[in-house]
Amino acid sequence: MKQLVVISGKGGTGKTVLTASFAALAESSVVADCDVDAADLHLLLQPTVIEKHIFAAGKCARIDQTLCDQCGECVDRCRFDAISEDFVVDPISCEGCAFCHFVCPTGAIEMQERTSGEWFVSETRFGPMVHAQLGIAEENSGKLVSVVRQKAKEMAEAGKHDWVIVDGAPGIGCPVIASLSGADCALVVTEPTLSGLHDADRVIGVARHFNVPVKLLVNKYDLNIEMTAEIEGYCEMNNVPFIGRIAFDESVVKAMVEGKTIVEFSDGRAKEEVVNVWRELRASI
Amino acid sequence: MILSVASGKGGTGKTTVATALALSMGQDVQLLDCDVEEPNAHIFIRAEMDRSIRVCTPVPEIDKDKCDFCGKCQEVCAFNAIAVLKEDVLVFRELCHGCGSCSFLCPRGAIREVDKEIGCVEMGTLKIGARDTLRFVHGKLDVGQAMSPPLIRAVKEYQDNTSSVIIDVPPGTSCPAIEAMRGSDFCLLVTEPTPFGLYDLTLAVEALRKLGIPFGVIVNRSGLGDAEVEDYCRKESIPILMRIPFKREIAVAYSEGISIIEAMPEYRAEFRRLFEDIRTG
Repeated sequence: MKQLVVISGKGGTGKTVLTASFAALAESSVVADCDVDAADLHLLLQPTVIEKHIFAAGKCARIDQTLCDQCGECVDRCRFDAISEDFVVDPISCEGCAFCHFVCPTGAIEMQERTSGEWFVSETRFGPMVHAQLGIAEENSGKLVSVVRQKAKEMAEAGKHDWVIVDGAPGIGCPVIASLSGADCALVVTEPTLSGLHDADRVIGVARHFNVPVKLLVNKYDLNIEMTAEIEGYCEMNNVPFIGRIAFDESVVKAMVEGKTIVEFSDGRAKEEVVNVWRELRASI
Repeated sequence: MILSVASGKGGTGKTTVATALALSMGQDVQLLDCDVEEPNAHIFIRAEMDRSIRVCTPVPEIDKDKCDFCGKCQEVCAFNAIAVLKEDVLVFRELCHGCGSCSFLCPRGAIREVDKEIGCVEMGTLKIGARDTLRFVHGKLDVGQAMSPPLIRAVKEYQDNTSSVIIDVPPGTSCPAIEAMRGSDFCLLVTEPTPFGLYDLTLAVEALRKLGIPFGVIVNRSGLGDAEVEDYCRKESIPILMRIPFKREIAVAYSEGISIIEAMPEYRAEFRRLFEDIRTG
């Protein structure tokens, strides 16, 4: 069983469209959506939810006003400015560290469990899927990603699937790091723009920092052929295997509007290129 | 006026809008790029950067001569960042949130806090027009670091509320985006007319309603996709403040790091009008 994680650094380069296409092309896979903050993969794979789990990680302080004598110790100690002058906790700012709870001389502060999201085991037309939705303005997205990754891996092992295919998050922070753990390959999807190259370079650094082999592909390459060539040059200089290029194709958006993957929707250029990239990936990982 | 530019989904054109607003301003302005994981505004701003400050967060360091391995620090740490063994204490610095509980509560005074570097804040200036100045600040998270909110807070410490401030917010609706948006007078949500754009827009709208920040929408790549974003905004009474059409020349200019207002100068007046409309309510 191989684990492929699709990341990009920069958002909007086509990670999710490609992940869905790979799920459609792989004969036997479990797909995981680790972009728990703005999960979109379900819009293409239209999963039927089989199991739904509450994700409770972290806590939030609550001050019992009947016990509080307003000494101010909690306000002084809190480094996250989460307690107002009238001794009310702002749940968005509260980091759940419990420092206030430990220092409160009257025992007025309780730490309460917080529900910060949900995760799902589902069935799609291409096989099983594990996905999640982080609550609005919630923390611990890295932990939720780890839960999704772990469950997908277990299911792939139990069901003897060949692949775990993971849609990663944008950026280089905790959700991305959590989605990379244990991966056999990180596929970096970028676009032929200065921002795309800049962001790809940073996320390649992250993957390498955690010893995950990387490959790169340029999506919408024909929007700027020179920039695509520059990115290929970058790959050569930095020993990043360049795995292919995919043309800008409006049928990608049309497929999305119909809730389909590009490989199901059209026989255009983009489809052919996606199929080639998948063949290359399958052979090389 | 503190105006943040955000979007649930990445790659919808936040940075395009934030930088175009700053560059077209007919007055002094400050632009903060709070997308510290993948900062890109500098590509379009090309300010002369003249200051760089390393940013650190506190992490515990155990003095093993004073420590009696009582386990208090492990017990109080909510993030499992400390493990106390029989004759050793392990600190997992990447899990530490820097709350300070362990050092304060250690009965032997054996824990002191030391700095862990997480990234840097850089700043510079750019002349815009004849007499106005754009002051630019951005944060860059070090590769391999997981937590961006402390760095976002560090960028915002340089926020100057006496001038107009524009904030480029990281994508999503979790802690980094919230940290960047909070305190804004208004938020522009940039989206695209696709199912992904719509879904992530609904999440961003929920976040802004929770934070109580007024907001409006910019539809980028208008003409692509479908009409669902427009329908949603109408139904929810969310104003669409600007539509930027899907045009190859805009995409090409972006790819080369050229602002939309340089590539298509007619947008300068559009963005200036947009800012004035928001400012005057």
